[in-house]
Amino acid sequence: MPKDGIGASTKRREDIRFLTGKGRYTDDINLRGQAYVHFLRSDVAHATLNGIDTSAAKDMPGVLRIFTARDFDGVGGIPCGWLITDRHGQPMQEPKHPIMAEGKIRHVGEIVAAVVAETLDQARDAAEAIVLDYDELPAVIDMKAAVQADAPKVHEELTSNLCYDWGFVEENKAAVDAAFDVAAHVTTLELVNNRLVANPMEPRVAIGDYAAHDDSSTLYTTSQNPHVIRLLMGAFVLGIPEHKLRVIAPDVGGGFGTKIFHYAEEAFCTFAAKQLKLPVKWTSTRSEAFMSDAHGRDHVTKIQLALDADNNFTALRTDTYANMGAYLSTFAPSVPTWLHGTLMAGNYRTPLIYVNVKAVFTNTVPVDAYRGAGRPEATFQLERVVDMAARELGVDPAELRRQNFIRKDQFPYATPVAVEYDTGDYEATLDKGLELSDYAGFATRLAESKANGKLRGIGLAHYIEACGIAPSNLVGQLGARAGLYESATVRVNATGGIVVMTGSHSHGQGHETSFPQVIAQMIGIEPDQVEIVHGDTANTPMGMGTYGSRSIAVGGSAMVRATEKIIAKAKKIAAHILEASDADIELKDGKFSVAGTDKSLNWGDVTLAAYVPHNYPLKDLEPGLEETAFYDPSNFTYPSGCYICEVEIDPDTGKVTIERFTAADDFGNIINPMIVEGQVQGGVAQGIGQALLENCSYDSDGQLLSASYMDYAMPRASDVPMITVDHSCQTPCTHNPLGVKGCGEAGAIGSPPAVINAVLDAMHRAGKPVAHIDMPVTPAKVWAAMNH
Amino acid sequence: MKVQMTVNCRQVSGEVEGRTLLVTFLRDGQGLTGTHTGCDTSQCGACTVHVNGQQVKSCTMFAVEAEGAEVATIEGMANADGSLSVLQQAFQDYHGLQCGFCTPGMVMAAASLLAKNPRPSEAEVRRHLEGNICRCTGYHNIVKAIMAASGQHVTAVAAE
Ligand code: FES
Ligand code: FES
Repeated sequence: MPKDGIGASTKRREDIRFLTGKGRYTDDINLRGQAYVHFLRSDVAHATLNGIDTSAAKDMPGVLRIFTARDFDGVGGIPCGWLITDRHGQPMQEPKHPIMAEGKIRHVGEIVAAVVAETLDQARDAAEAIVLDYDELPAVIDMKAAVQADAPKVHEELTSNLCYDWGFVEENKAAVDAAFDVAAHVTTLELVNNRLVANPMEPRVAIGDYAAHDDSSTLYTTSQNPHVIRLLMGAFVLGIPEHKLRVIAPDVGGGFGTKIFHYAEEAFCTFAAKQLKLPVKWTSTRSEAFMSDAHGRDHVTKIQLALDADNNFTALRTDTYANMGAYLSTFAPSVPTWLHGTLMAGNYRTPLIYVNVKAVFTNTVPVDAYRGAGRPEATFQLERVVDMAARELGVDPAELRRQNFIRKDQFPYATPVAVEYDTGDYEATLDKGLELSDYAGFATRLAESKANGKLRGIGLAHYIEACGIAPSNLVGQLGARAGLYESATVRVNATGGIVVMTGSHSHGQGHETSFPQVIAQMIGIEPDQVEIVHGDTANTPMGMGTYGSRSIAVGGSAMVRATEKIIAKAKKIAAHILEASDADIELKDGKFSVAGTDKSLNWGDVTLAAYVPHNYPLKDLEPGLEETAFYDPSNFTYPSGCYICEVEIDPDTGKVTIERFTAADDFGNIINPMIVEGQVQGGVAQGIGQALLENCSYDSDGQLLSASYMDYAMPRASDVPMITVDHSCQTPCTHNPLGVKGCGEAGAIGSPPAVINAVLDAMHRAGKPVAHIDMPVTPAKVWAAMNH
Repeated sequence: MKVQMTVNCRQVSGEVEGRTLLVTFLRDGQGLTGTHTGCDTSQCGACTVHVNGQQVKSCTMFAVEAEGAEVATIEGMANADGSLSVLQQAFQDYHGLQCGFCTPGMVMAAASLLAKNPRPSEAEVRRHLEGNICRCTGYHNIVKAIMAASGQHVTAVAAE
């Protein structure tokens, strides 16, 4: 067996280039003769745009051309990839999302004009000379105010600012209400899931290029899914057939969801390059990123949990307002609905659930998926309300959870919100979490904190998520306008080396290391004989990219299927050469042997024969050794886990510090434990960021108050502790070939409620009980809550 | 105007405007794209280099201010034979990077810390990284890598 097969913490091969400055990110690419674009963005949130005077700007040095909405007649809007049908069977309201403001400005940061010049400084200078004539309109920012009858409309052509009013499961509503009527106890909680900005450290970049000799366009972009961009931009926006459009996403410096979506700047650079017959490059500044990258979260929720006299959960209902921003970003409508409502059962047997979501247009940047996408919002409210119920009933929060868990002998388990969990063992992760966090020893640590004049609290959260997105036929029924399979081509070279061309995209996940471990295991060769190619539509099969913790579960499965085809064919070749029957050929440790004999061939002998087919079954088999597979999952995967957080609060300042953090996850089988742990630690840090620090805020005029790292508090090294991660509880996925579940989002899903539960626990133990505090729990908020 | 400096022990020069930032000169003028730009408010540290032995955010300095200076970037951090330095190797060994975008800045910041404080405590490492943001790793493994590079014992990555 290879020493670096499945389950080994193989060091990452991609690190070498990143550690020596040889990474090739999009902004590192400069094409000969390229021009630069600077986008003039609106600094008001809502206005009628009467005119744009470019007369002074267009004659400034180096200016090649200034584009406004008028130049995009005949060009489509940015499409939305998901159609939601509301409670009454009506389709959602779907306004046009133009590349540039068309007669109306709808959020701060919306593109109003674009200056293309020989240098970036020239483009910026000229943009300052553009004069806008606009009349400001009252901005619509607060979601509940936005749906009032007299609210100004973000889109005049729509009937209101309500995108959809979604009920799930609508048929259960009456039964849910009836269960509440007879409940022994009802816990009610209103909360806000704060608006966030994903903030991958690499800002977005787009470079458009056009080749006149074959009338083809190339876009270099910071994307998690180059094929999706090619399809959306080619087919819906610019009308370029896919065979004339190549999209390349080279090294990408983090995504976290915000680089899934198709953005106006990508379409602009591709369009302008063709118009000007020059490469056109755009590099986002961080300030631009804050006002143009899709934001995340931003839900306002009321959740109620009904319990019987024995503390069994009997029903759950929620009312959520979800911010869509000014336009519908690529997957925006799916986030508060199918990625959120379907997870409201959590880890529990709650028999009756009803979820209502009102998606609302406001004069803010579009909101879409951010690490976890819908599942953090579901988990946060559920794990908060369960904790609150435990407090109200005077029972241990861990035990209330345990009592209501779906038991391990109940899988597969169909929840009342339309999904079927294949496997899980929630008590196992709970027990592991309690053990690793030394839950039992908390009292000692509490006493120490008290002696130091500090408050101390412990909080836990249990999560479930749906990953490995997604069965195409199912999501099709739910309104997805795309399939969600993944692809892989496995090309075996004559001398035995392998190249895998995958539709998955790595932007930090380490696929170049972990994917070869799988193939190495299957064939019995070393992983360094396997190379991974990704991120270029010209040399990878049509794939859907990386998000929703889908790479190994879906992309990895496609690679396994293609490799199985390779092995089957290679065995036939070996059988021919060894003059045996196919069925008798075994492949082990990179050797083909005939069962029960000492006859064998090396991997390289067979691969060579495939390309030099002198002694080869040419009548039955084509030469060559290359196979492609598309894998469409039959279900989601359901990772779960227990997160336990311990905080100290300084009573003088209200500052919360995270003292200990434990994550006990069940990801099913694991390919590279080192990478998995890194994913969890990174996700937890983002969750701690959401809970303690990060907040994207607008004032009532629609000004973005947090538009730089001066105002948007990113977690820094001193804000997060060492994070204990365990993944020894493994209930493998039953429906994909690797038994894997995916681990990319768990950390960001499970951690915010654990942190907030810990903070509230500390205040409760100190005799300053507060029912709830909204995130981020800044020192000012905590201090005010303790001293109200 | 013309500017001259030593970058990674090599004499370089180029034409710049007064407003050209050092990071822009390095990336666009010299093709040293290992130094990254992650923000426009001097907050993220992705652009960290050394100027005359001091850790500097190269987005906060004009190229002309580095006239005659000795500049070191990530491209000059490997051993003479091209192998990873002890610090770079520790980042790989302890999985101190994911997307790699913050990494050059992290390595430069860590090198500067270790030059001044060869055996920093965990708290000192964290404090020193205050000006460097990583969105991927949660810092856990970056801190471990730096402690390991300083020869201190840290638990192995991924307790298997
Ligand atoms: S780019 Fe220099 S600190 Fe962010
Ligand atoms: S590794 Fe991605 S930002 Fe640090």
